[in-house]
Amino acid sequence: MQKITRDVLIEKAVSLLSDGTVSRVLGYKKGDLSYDITPALFTSKEQLEKEFVFNDFCAANFAKYLVKETKNQTEGKVLVFLKPCDTYSFNQLLTEHRFDREKVYAVGISCDGMIDINKIKAIVGDGIISVETDEKIKVNTLYDGVKELDKNDVLLERCANCKSKKHVAYDELLGEDGEVLDSNRFDQVAELEKMSADERFAFWQNELSRCIRCNACRDACPACTCEKCVFDNPNSGVENKSPANSFEEQMFHIIRAFHVAGRCTDCGECSRVCPQHIPLHLLNRKFIKDINEFYGDYQAGAIVGSRAPLVNYTKEDIEPIDAVNKGDK
Amino acid sequence: MQVNEFKPKIVAFCCNWCSYAGADLAGSNRLSYPADVKIIRVPCSCRVNPMFILRAFQRGADGVILCGCHPGDCHYTSGNYFARRRMALLFSMLDYLGIEKERTRVEWVSAAEGAKFSTVMNDFVQTVTALGENKRLEDLRCKR
Amino acid sequence: MRKCLLSNSDALFNEISKNAKLYIPVDLEKGRVAYKEYTEGLKMSDALKTDRSAKDFFFPQTETLMAFKTQGKNIEVIDNRAESEDFVVFGVRACDVKSLEVLDKVFLAEPVDSYYQNRREHGIIVSMACSRPSETCFCQTFGIDASSPQGDIACYKTNDAFYLEGLTEKGKALLEKLDGVTEECCSCEVEGEKAKIKEILDKLPLKDLKADAFGKDKTDEFFNRPEWKTLSESCLGCGTCTFVCPTCQCYDIKDFKTKTGVERFRCWDSCMYSDFTKMSAGQPRLSQLERFRQRFMHKLVYFPTNNDGMFSCVGCGRCVAKCPISMNIVKVMKTLGGKEND
Repeated sequence: MQKITRDVLIEKAVSLLSDGTVSRVLGYKKGDLSYDITPALFTSKEQLEKEFVFNDFCAANFAKYLVKETKNQTEGKVLVFLKPCDTYSFNQLLTEHRFDREKVYAVGISCDGMIDINKIKAIVGDGIISVETDEKIKVNTLYDGVKELDKNDVLLERCANCKSKKHVAYDELLGEDGEVLDSNRFDQVAELEKMSADERFAFWQNELSRCIRCNACRDACPACTCEKCVFDNPNSGVENKSPANSFEEQMFHIIRAFHVAGRCTDCGECSRVCPQHIPLHLLNRKFIKDINEFYGDYQAGAIVGSRAPLVNYTKEDIEPIDAVNKGDK
Repeated sequence: MQVNEFKPKIVAFCCNWCSYAGADLAGSNRLSYPADVKIIRVPCSCRVNPMFILRAFQRGADGVILCGCHPGDCHYTSGNYFARRRMALLFSMLDYLGIEKERTRVEWVSAAEGAKFSTVMNDFVQTVTALGENKRLEDLRCKR
Repeated sequence: MRKCLLSNSDALFNEISKNAKLYIPVDLEKGRVAYKEYTEGLKMSDALKTDRSAKDFFFPQTETLMAFKTQGKNIEVIDNRAESEDFVVFGVRACDVKSLEVLDKVFLAEPVDSYYQNRREHGIIVSMACSRPSETCFCQTFGIDASSPQGDIACYKTNDAFYLEGLTEKGKALLEKLDGVTEECCSCEVEGEKAKIKEILDKLPLKDLKADAFGKDKTDEFFNRPEWKTLSESCLGCGTCTFVCPTCQCYDIKDFKTKTGVERFRCWDSCMYSDFTKMSAGQPRLSQLERFRQRFMHKLVYFPTNNDGMFSCVGCGRCVAKCPISMNIVKVMKTLGGKEND
């Protein structure tokens, strides 16, 4: 299998730029540390060679940037690199007509999981000077020298439970295409479902009470592309800039998750970006699990144009009362 | 002896075409339902979005019930089918967050079912009274 | 200088918490660190920084300012401020201590913010020298010395003891009360620790970052720089950086309709939000570029202009660690800051 490296991507980008297929490249720009990587636009070979980076910290999902990027009047196409999970978001946005497919050149890249810097920090502590990612993760620290970690121990949550290595959208593919995987991504949801209502309530109070309402979960979410969010709209009656009490926290997170229910591809950006480490994916996965159980398996973004479960129905749908009681037998 | 009995506040969203008329019929037939039920008339059960339910709880409701036409009988053909899916997911989510599932309910009540309306409301009020005050999805500011 | 053996730290904390609420940083699950009120047996975290800064104690994310009740044609205004109790925050890092100086400039200048002032008067800061600075730290850029933190009491932690030095009247008074659990010692005992910290500070990846290009009256120089466009392009417009920042001080005041009246509260606001400073004429900064520029211009240019050159960034590095897309003030300074940052 062709290993996707920085050089492979730069070579591809340069050739597409030089033959005029694309006019700019949406890529990863290196920072001052190993892991502070920022999405950026590249327009020349020199710039790519100087600043482009690709490593196991390039987790950001670029699909959402296409909404903005295809709206401006720039000539030519934009090149975007899509990991398998990004392709689902890409398709979902296409389904919702959120960006212009004609203005995008998508290159699928295979992926063997991205790393969560917070997990590394939880193990080795502060003072991470550099991180080398090869077979083993080598963390060079200020205080304890070099530490070796197993990649599986520090994968992002979404990668540890990867749902699919298959690319569902691309113009060109680098590396090999994988398969939809049998993941254990609903295990945690099922565990919560098994708890008593009191335990669940205590669990979520503990998690949600940390919310600082920075809105990062919403702003990073590729499914959240409303021009004006109801929570930012002073006329909506529910606008609020900070969680004044536990009700506000609950409401924000229920509504956020509900609004993407059936459209959420489970890309995991919400949990990745949360500065307070709230497991927001557990809310989204609950909806996905319920949808699968009530209305049949549905993977948002798998097929362009597929009808989302919440804008669809059958006459034999489960009654709400049976839906909430399904667990108790 | 004075008994400080808990009187729940119930919000009932009723669709204009069936359930609201059902409530009307209950009234004209002199079938009673508890005064704790406050009806909000909506054009269709599908008009109710999750925010409505949450806002009702925020503003002090102890239970919220949504009534619409029977599946298949929607005045707008399919509104209640969509409402059914939405509420199934929302109520399941509320349950998942540890909020008592008995506080929310969906019932299909036609314009001819005055008796059903009365039974449903009596039963729901009884259930919610047994649960007591809504503490898990409350906004304390709204009680001050 | 006073000294308290680490083996005796429970006694120290108990003694402090007798007279005032004591907050110490505590390790929580998944590597999180937060201040918790001290109760017997609670262990202090060795982690460098709490997820949220000590700003929360003086300028909480939401607070009710007052309430109104209407009866007929009368409006009653209720000042529901609770008399603040004395409290001690233990283990505040040098950068966070400095951030309070920044906040003082804003809230204690005329007109004085009495809510903030009240808390400042009742709060005692026990700072803590950073024996293990993080790769995201750049406090040196703003002239902060992590090896000799300020505050009411400066604290140094060595392998076996806390060393406490009273710096202000308040701090000295508290230290006197702790005589029973501390012993007099020579301040030379912490020199070794200080030297060790300085040595580490010299190895940090961001140690060469310079802020000299920015500062007072440089608005014209930076406002129209073309780099703002490329820098802001990746910004998602969330408020993470502003809410974890120890010096961000913008807030919004809103009314909430309660059952019987209105509560007026204030809550943190973020200049990154599309509904920031929304007035009758709308929000003055319509694009994310303008909003993004505002945040960094405020930290690096506007604030120094209004406050004798004092920057309103303390280099704590929280935004570096927390930004979802890792766009941060360090990158902004390197991009705009000219030669010395190359």
